[in-house]
Amino acid sequence: MIPEIGHFALMLALCLTLVQGTLPIIGAQRNIPNWIALAKPVAQGQFVFIGLAFFSLMYAFVAHDYSVLYVAEHSNSDLPLPYRMAAVWGGHEGSLLLWAFILSIWMLAVTLFSRRLPADMVARVLGVMGLVSMGFLLFMLTTSDPFERLIPAAVDGQDLNPLLQDPGLTMHPPMLYMGYVGFSVAFSFAIAALLSGKLDAAWARWSRPWTTVAWMFLTVGIAAGSWWSYYELGWGGWWFWDPVENASFMPWLMGTALLHSLAVTEKRGSFKSWTVLLAIFAFSLSLLGTFLVRSGVLTSVHAFATDPRRGLFILAFLVVVVGGSLILYAIRAPKVGLGGRFQLVSKETLLLCNNVLFVVAAGSVLLGTLYPLVLDAMGLGKLSVGPPYFDFVFAILMAPMVFLMGLGPIARWKKASLPDLAVRLRWAFVISVVTALVVPFIMGRWSPLTSLGLLLAFWLITTIFYNLWSKIKRNPDAPWRELARLPRSYYAMQVAHLGVAVFVIGVTMVKSYEVEEDRSMAVGDTAVVKGYTFRFDGVVDRKGPNYTAREGFIHVSDKNGDEVTILHPEKRIYEEQANPTTEASIYPGLFRDIYASLGEPLDNGGWSVRIYYKPFVRWIWFGCFIMAFGGLLALTDRRYRFAIRQQPAVGEATDGSRDAPKGAPSLAMESKH
Amino acid sequence: MKPRHRRLIFIVIGLGAVAVTAGLVLNAFKNNLVFFFSPSQVVAHEAPVGKEFRIGGLVKKGSLKREGDGLTVHFVVTDTADNLNVTYKGILPDLFSEGTGVVAQGRLKNGVFYADQVLAKHDSKYMPPEAAAAINEAKSKEINKRASTTLMPDTSAGGETL
Repeated sequence: MIPEIGHFALMLALCLTLVQGTLPIIGAQRNIPNWIALAKPVAQGQFVFIGLAFFSLMYAFVAHDYSVLYVAEHSNSDLPLPYRMAAVWGGHEGSLLLWAFILSIWMLAVTLFSRRLPADMVARVLGVMGLVSMGFLLFMLTTSDPFERLIPAAVDGQDLNPLLQDPGLTMHPPMLYMGYVGFSVAFSFAIAALLSGKLDAAWARWSRPWTTVAWMFLTVGIAAGSWWSYYELGWGGWWFWDPVENASFMPWLMGTALLHSLAVTEKRGSFKSWTVLLAIFAFSLSLLGTFLVRSGVLTSVHAFATDPRRGLFILAFLVVVVGGSLILYAIRAPKVGLGGRFQLVSKETLLLCNNVLFVVAAGSVLLGTLYPLVLDAMGLGKLSVGPPYFDFVFAILMAPMVFLMGLGPIARWKKASLPDLAVRLRWAFVISVVTALVVPFIMGRWSPLTSLGLLLAFWLITTIFYNLWSKIKRNPDAPWRELARLPRSYYAMQVAHLGVAVFVIGVTMVKSYEVEEDRSMAVGDTAVVKGYTFRFDGVVDRKGPNYTAREGFIHVSDKNGDEVTILHPEKRIYEEQANPTTEASIYPGLFRDIYASLGEPLDNGGWSVRIYYKPFVRWIWFGCFIMAFGGLLALTDRRYRFAIRQQPAVGEATDGSRDAPKGAPSLAMESKH
Repeated sequence: MKPRHRRLIFIVIGLGAVAVTAGLVLNAFKNNLVFFFSPSQVVAHEAPVGKEFRIGGLVKKGSLKREGDGLTVHFVVTDTADNLNVTYKGILPDLFSEGTGVVAQGRLKNGVFYADQVLAKHDSKYMPPEAAAAINEAKSKEINKRASTTLMPDTSAGGETL
């Protein structure tokens, strides 16, 4: 009964999208207040019905209802409760439902936090989101119904993929989807602005916090996925340039470009049409990511579906969304106007470079991800693009990017001077060069790339501190008051950039100084890796709730022979699926991880064992979380609470641009040029 | 220097940087394409020598042998028509087993494929698509061969194969 309610709720939600996707938009174009007013209640109704469907499915999982096909395929009576709940998004149909549910959460958020926006704008935004929702609900109801019954019911379920039975992975998809789907808000704002023809700074201001939230979730989601693959797959790698990872990374790259471009549009009124285009691309890449992961074109842990109808539907949907918005863009964008002018050397130019680099990076990832698929689809042969390609591309694109990141926050809007920047930052440069040369010396091994990575990271850190110091210098008597006066968004930017530096340090150190060894070890054997002695003490059998495990004991001691830790790597066999999985055991540390996992049992009673030493590996994820925290800080900036109340483009002169140089003309005046 | 000239120089430098970057990216792309070959193609000398490529197929039953060091393994990958000996040093993935599909990346030396990477899929339900394709191709060739031999029994006597 409950699954039928869920199914029916989905249909009702689809009916609501028919209203939401049409009447409010038409109402806004023709100025019919009653139709405009429909947008919010209808969107809230959608949230109620999709939520009902989502929790009906969750109920079916919790209550072990194996008469539902999807539940029978992804659950088991021995599966612990938290994983039964997370199993809702453990397969294709359920993840789509999660997608739709998160979209409805975003719609609800738009209805709640948009009281200060003009009603017609909200109507358009919700209308566009309604159309997106319509596409997904149609997709679900026609090709991937999560509530399909299995008659007769299965006695027990086939269990969730063992790799997904992990705390890290339960949170990974919701986070990622919050990001993916969140870009639909930025996209809807962009389309709404194109529809209305009012592409002004106010639009950028409204759109910016939504983009920031989506970007934040996506950052955390990708980091969580990377962390998961590090400890769960048992290979100790944190990024593989796997198409599934690329699918989530491309929207991130485009979204990051969008964030920076929105900043220019809001503060200076420039880059307006470019920003709109980025918003369209960011969401299109999110859809493409969904297509890649969900349609079965890639066969990997994420690709649950093998039904070509689904792939065709998403592809058609993608064509409609991308094609439709680009046509609209082509019609409307020429009328947008140029906005504030700027000199060649200016903050605007630096941000433009940022945008170009990010877009090129996203394009390169797209090339490397799609080329093998396209070739395969056309029957021209099978090939894959090796990770060295991606590594190389990112090295040559991100090196100038991080270098410019040091300059960007310090350069002035409109007109900056290169000699002036060079003089101001000379010490920052000297300090970072020295550090980049000294650290490899201490670590005992030098390579050009190690120094380059460290140089960039320290360049970023020193410029951030130089920037803070130059703010204090304006009023040396009361440094704290000066610092307290800086807007929250300024700190947000610096924190996010600091996150990048931490990330770069992590990547550089782990790539330069990691040690990976495969050993075959009999009981009592020892191996010395990076000064640590690993002694294999044998394996015992252990029983988990829905698996049996062989648990290894590896005693780790340091140079003095003192015990550091005992690692317990496991090899698990999940009863229902009979797949062996590897559970790595990690002794974490801020500056290094000690990592061990079991390979295979050998004839002599020993095992093959992986022993890894990973310096600074945690900094990679810390860096991502610091970046995301920067996003969080940006949201709390008072200008979002303050300026929106005053209608478009009036409040800007008084507020928000304090970190812009003195003497920059106010935006309200600037946008008239 | 007039502002106009300066702007021109900047634009030229910018375009030059973009062109160089694009060239480097495309060059790296070309160099890192890893092609896929089935054991039949390798046996027929279609695979490159000294360059990395991928092979795929089934791990032949009973072919897995482990050396005394516990880490070096030898196995045979087959697409049911032809076999290829593979050597790998390291720990095999969880889902690697005899009789299932596998994809390996490495180089060919004296008829033996030295793998530096062995990939099995994350999920036991699915066959790696490359491995499946290799087997299907070999099977369809087999069918064609049989069809041609039954239709034209004379040519098979000449020892010519497709």
